[in-house]
Amino acid sequence: MYSVRGWSVRHARGLNSFYRGFESILVRFDGVFRALGYERIERPVALVEKAVKGLLFDCRMCGQCVLSSTGMSCPMNCPKTLRNGPCGGVRADGNCEVKPDMKCVWVEAYRGSERIPGGIAAMSQVQFAVDQRQQGRSSWLRVARQKSAAANDVSGGT
Amino acid sequence: MRFEDEPVPGYPLPILPGHTSPGRFERVLRAGGFAITTELAPPDSADPEDVYKRARVFDGYVDAINATDGSGANCHMSSIAVCALLTRVGYAPIMQISCRDKNRIAIQGDILGGAAMGVANMLCLTGDGVQAGDHPQAKPVFDLDCVSLLDIARTLRDDHHFQSGRKITFAPRVFLGAAENPSGLPYAWRPQRLAKKVAAGAQFIQTQYCYDLPLLRSFMDQVETLGLLGKVFILAGVGPLRSAKTAEWMRKNVPGMHVPDELITRLAGAQDQAREGRNICIELIQAMREIRGISGVHIMAYRQEESVAEIVDKSAVLQGRAPWFPARDASPLPQRIAAS
Repeated sequence: MYSVRGWSVRHARGLNSFYRGFESILVRFDGVFRALGYERIERPVALVEKAVKGLLFDCRMCGQCVLSSTGMSCPMNCPKTLRNGPCGGVRADGNCEVKPDMKCVWVEAYRGSERIPGGIAAMSQVQFAVDQRQQGRSSWLRVARQKSAAANDVSGGT
Repeated sequence: MRFEDEPVPGYPLPILPGHTSPGRFERVLRAGGFAITTELAPPDSADPEDVYKRARVFDGYVDAINATDGSGANCHMSSIAVCALLTRVGYAPIMQISCRDKNRIAIQGDILGGAAMGVANMLCLTGDGVQAGDHPQAKPVFDLDCVSLLDIARTLRDDHHFQSGRKITFAPRVFLGAAENPSGLPYAWRPQRLAKKVAAGAQFIQTQYCYDLPLLRSFMDQVETLGLLGKVFILAGVGPLRSAKTAEWMRKNVPGMHVPDELITRLAGAQDQAREGRNICIELIQAMREIRGISGVHIMAYRQEESVAEIVDKSAVLQGRAPWFPARDASPLPQRIAAS
């Protein structure tokens, strides 16, 4: 929902902190997820994720969420699905070149990133090409799996 | 034996140490020259002569020619084909690659193919949205964006593999560029966006039209603060405004274009508005030359291509340097400007 999307950007700082906490819980649940089977819980978790993030961010379920680097403004709502910043066509009023009635998601992202500590630095990191196969899959589970694997690697593996 | 009508072949130059391409454009920039680039509007035709005709009007005044890739989302001869035709006779084209019409499979194929045909410069762009052009009913692709495209092009050149990881046997030796719009929102973040492009592989930047010099200067100050001046060559975008009315129209309809009110008033007050537009353009070029970190200008003179030679000549920024063109070394410089 468009109005909720604006609210989320205005509350980027709080949402980002909340997500940090939520993410650490997700990572801690890696064992449980593995016991249940990541593939088996993929669909129900993706459904919940879609409902929650769809409401808050108009999430498009790209499966490679970067909201923390985009000030809680989902870059997949950009008609060009730009993930590295605004195109050159932003209108003088800050609206989108393609959809004149919509605020440019990157103008919003900049606003949101200013509210998140380290947000501008995060927004300035290069985002590599998306893996289109992840479309529709859960970012939460992906993060849980990847971060716990990385942590295990650092501690010598288990 | 040599036939009389043999074309001048576009031999690649040897690649100098510290260079990545066999092209003249990179050489001019790295040698500290004030480079001039311009844009060739690809024809709505399948006649190669239409391309050569359009290139010839720039002879002796530009270092490289951008071949646009469906700019404004309008359909024309493809960028790669225009480049292939131009390299046949030795011109230095800059192949524009837009993410709007092709996915990463097609684009990587074009990078290899373009380089194989002698294209030494490639400009990585996001591309205008399809709604802006003559085929609004088309499907926009946008599999990549300009930054991920730069990353993929650089990977092909430096790491010799496709995005998939599969090896290539001979890397495309290209000079990679990107665009930037100093007068686009959010102003404060634009220099960092440029930094991102440099981090992803951009070696030169061509900007959108810059009619607002104070804005360009503050942009360049921030670019310098970010420590980018030694890392990337920046060519500022300029172009002659035909009349106050066209300027108004462009400001309203060309995405991301900003024309200050003073310029429009100045144009409106002139007796010969087109001439005043060219004068403004010449003044801008001369002012840009004085800005630290500006290595050249990119002249976009859509439908006024014939004015580019005069603008470059009168701005005197080439300082007697004669950029290469197919017959340069065979005949004296063209005297087309002298009369005006």
